[in-house]
Amino acid sequence: MTDLNKPTGYSHVHSSSEPGPSGIGRPGYHRRELSPEEAAVMEEKIRKVELAISMVLRIGVVVSVLVIASGLGLMFFHHSDYLPIRGSFSYRELTSQSTPFPHTFADLGKSISHGEGQGIVVLGVLILILTPILRVAVGVLSFLYEEDIPMALVTLFVLVVLIGSFFLAGV
Amino acid sequence: MTPLDFVISLALISVAAGVLGSLIGLGGGVVIVPVLTLLYHVDIRLAIGASIVSVIATSSGAAAAYVRERMTNLRAGMFLEIATTTGAVSGAYLTTLLPTRFLFVFFGLVLAYSSFVTFRRRHVAQPLTVSNDRLANYFNLHGSYYDYAEKREISYKVVGTKAGLGLMYVAGLVSALLGIGSGALKVPAMDSAMHLPMKVSSATSNFMIGVTAAASAGVYFIRGQIDPIIAAPVAAGVLLGATLGARVLGRVTSRTVRLVFVIVLVIISLEMLQKGIFP
Repeated sequence: MTDLNKPTGYSHVHSSSEPGPSGIGRPGYHRRELSPEEAAVMEEKIRKVELAISMVLRIGVVVSVLVIASGLGLMFFHHSDYLPIRGSFSYRELTSQSTPFPHTFADLGKSISHGEGQGIVVLGVLILILTPILRVAVGVLSFLYEEDIPMALVTLFVLVVLIGSFFLAGV
Repeated sequence: MTPLDFVISLALISVAAGVLGSLIGLGGGVVIVPVLTLLYHVDIRLAIGASIVSVIATSSGAAAAYVRERMTNLRAGMFLEIATTTGAVSGAYLTTLLPTRFLFVFFGLVLAYSSFVTFRRRHVAQPLTVSNDRLANYFNLHGSYYDYAEKREISYKVVGTKAGLGLMYVAGLVSALLGIGSGALKVPAMDSAMHLPMKVSSATSNFMIGVTAAASAGVYFIRGQIDPIIAAPVAAGVLLGATLGARVLGRVTSRTVRLVFVIVLVIISLEMLQKGIFP
């Protein structure tokens, strides 16, 4: 960590004629200096990518909030004993370790088809959980669009680990 | 307390958690876990499930605004996610093996160290202008952003990517083990080891914590740790708070962000150590 933290004072120049002190395994790939026009085009592309990712997030967030809110509304609608501000029914009964709520996809499907608020809230939460994953997926496409293969591969790796984690969870 | 009181009070606290979490890049979990366990006496496993939800909510809520303001270093964030997601997946399988007390002590020490390292760098204002870090140059992880507090464009170079990757793996591990704390390691890793400006570290951490949390969220769902009556007010409140917090980050100075970050970290680390040592 010590040597990496100290910049040695010479600026690193990317140029196609320079093979690089010890290029990381792929001598064929290099980033050359862009001309001002190319840089402007690149800047515009990156801007579009940022806006696309931002849009994915917003849509995911808004949809999940709407689903969660309607699920919560249904929970209170179906259970009138939840409603009073003063009452004997304690929230503890809903937050103890033995409280039943859907935690498999089969349970979740059943709960939603019965129109239970619980299931709909969980669905909204799952949509929220999917937003970062969707964001990474959009990232893969957008780095490809920028023709940035190393970063596209990096993002693809992250996506594979993320999706893999869901399958591992089911085992 | 009836379920309605619970939902309303928890939603209001969650708004505050979202503002704070998105400002310093820690996610809402830093507030949600202690509030649920200490104030509402909710089981720690359910609290951790709610925290994972709040972390994703902070990240998605805030990142939409940050990315537009170009404060997030998307490339560095994605690159470091290689290590964090891998760490998160391995951590999700260790969580049932380790006793809670040990986790509290371990987490407390990790946070105490993070806060010390971050505080020590408070006088460092200028970002690096050169970098001979091969990975950073190859993937072009350097960047620039417009600082609304200083009213100028600030460009910076990234170093220490290998150290950063190592710390990010640990951050992912800790995140999965405790439901919180991934930002607590990510911000110091980017700030101290990689020399990103503090506001960029915070915004990029915010971007990353959601992705990391998503990598372990599936496991928490299957294990039945995501209780709808807790998750609903937390998700909605934190999303609102994070959107507000994202606007605040643009206007305040890096120094302010750093100091708030250090104060929050010290408080949490003391709290966790206390729970681990004198339960």
